[in-house]
Amino acid sequence: MTLLPPKGKKKLGLVIDLDTCVGCHACAVNCKEWNTGGHSAPLPDHDPYGADPNGVWFNRVHTFEAGEGTASRTVHFPRSCLHCEEAACVTVCPTGASYKREEDGIVLVNEDACIGCKLCSWACPYGAREYDTDAGVMKKCTLCIDRIYNETLPEEDRVPACVATCPASARHFGDLGDPNSDVSHLVEEREGKELMPELGYQPVNRYLPPRTRQKDQGASGVGAALTPVTDPDAEGAGRFLRWVDRVLSR
Amino acid sequence: MHPAYSVIFFTTASGAGYGLILLAALFGVLNGVPLDPWFGAITLGLGTILITGGLLSSTAHLGHPERAWRAYTQWKSSWLSREGILATATYVPLVLTAWGWLVEGSLEGPFGVFACILILFCLLTVHSTGMIYATLRTIRAWHDRMTVPGYLCFALLNGALWFHAISQMFGYQTPEIALAAIIGLFLTFYIKRKYWRSIDTIPGPATPESATGLGDIGRVRLLEPPTMTENFVQREMGYSIARKHAQKLRRICFFTYFLIPIILTGLTSSSDAWIAVPGTLLAALSASVGVAIERWLFFAEAKHVSMLYYGAERS
Repeated sequence: MTLLPPKGKKKLGLVIDLDTCVGCHACAVNCKEWNTGGHSAPLPDHDPYGADPNGVWFNRVHTFEAGEGTASRTVHFPRSCLHCEEAACVTVCPTGASYKREEDGIVLVNEDACIGCKLCSWACPYGAREYDTDAGVMKKCTLCIDRIYNETLPEEDRVPACVATCPASARHFGDLGDPNSDVSHLVEEREGKELMPELGYQPVNRYLPPRTRQKDQGASGVGAALTPVTDPDAEGAGRFLRWVDRVLSR
Repeated sequence: MHPAYSVIFFTTASGAGYGLILLAALFGVLNGVPLDPWFGAITLGLGTILITGGLLSSTAHLGHPERAWRAYTQWKSSWLSREGILATATYVPLVLTAWGWLVEGSLEGPFGVFACILILFCLLTVHSTGMIYATLRTIRAWHDRMTVPGYLCFALLNGALWFHAISQMFGYQTPEIALAAIIGLFLTFYIKRKYWRSIDTIPGPATPESATGLGDIGRVRLLEPPTMTENFVQREMGYSIARKHAQKLRRICFFTYFLIPIILTGLTSSSDAWIAVPGTLLAALSASVGVAIERWLFFAEAKHVSMLYYGAERS
């Protein structure tokens, strides 16, 4: 049924730290890598080395600029399914292929029932669903349902592929329905943001905004004066090092 | 939004078909037209061809048309499912009404009831088509109070003009049908004008700032998209070819669906047959072209909120 299930206690989702994300796209690549062999396999990959590469990706990294002048910030912004509580992509589905799980809130597509009408992709404000032209069905992030409950994997690997691979630890996975979970604490401490709350989809995923800078800095983003690593006047610094310091300080 | 030709053909053809069947049933029940079997066969037959052709073409854009029957299952939540069920269910009163008109030569008693049910189902089907679009909060230009009235008006207008043309071919002098067409024309003109004014002046609530949660830092704009080439979301939701010509197309639309039909209907409908038949037929053809342009614009002008992630500055 494409009616939404009663709201469950458990709300699995992602918390993405826009302060530490370096925009390396590793999450997007590892997502593609895992999912082209996972629950929604295969993900189409047309003309991968040609002029117009195309295919389904569940995770895409945008880069935005926010603010003006020296106060502006460049922010890398990974975007994937937010597993909304009021998921219109589910309710518009005419066949029941699109559904939200009651037990953990994950939104999935039953590919055997999907007629490929694409209405769910129209209903998603976040552009998270991508159509597979080869299979004629809609595909989307599964929150790596085939990893997080996979008992053949070591316990530390039972997280979504994007989270497992992030070299900056900018991605966190957990239960956002539990106020005592690590991810909920993180959202509380860093005032995690809901995307487009005015549309009322109640997304589960949260984005942690970049931290405010601690002191006034120049246009380069580097501190006005760095604390020297070594004190040239300190005892033990020989004449040579003091001379080097003088030369380099000119 | 990318205008899929199958969907444009479906909504305009089936809209005209439901409008034509509705007016035929209405005038039949009210004894506004003679219940001639040939007249009934042509009006109801053309209507059936239009709605069936439209419904079949709507399955052409599906990835799995052979699974289309599954769309009958989710009527509790999905307007698309409701549309499918209502469209199919309409055939029942349609066949019964046609039986009354063509075989029994009467739309009284039970056949009158069937015709009234048919009118209701035609309205409900077109209404649910409009609701598919009107309930999408992601597309400001569709999530508008005028969307559903627009769909209903265009269906009735097209139906009235075709019904008028066919009755002229049979030599029926029916000023009531001409009046219905002219009322439909003014109503559609009013609704569409209101619709365009609304989408031009009231933007959607979402902004690049709310889409990224970065509004506290300041104005947000896209620096780099995720990929060099366009992905599915950009091709499907980011269609923008028509916007450049939107004003011109709106004017062409106004001429073809409103101005030409109203002049032709007003001038020719009470003339001799050799003027009235081509005149009213041209009016119907012109309006059909106008509705197709309108439907194309309805898609092409609509901006999807997800484009905020791809450089759009407002939703």
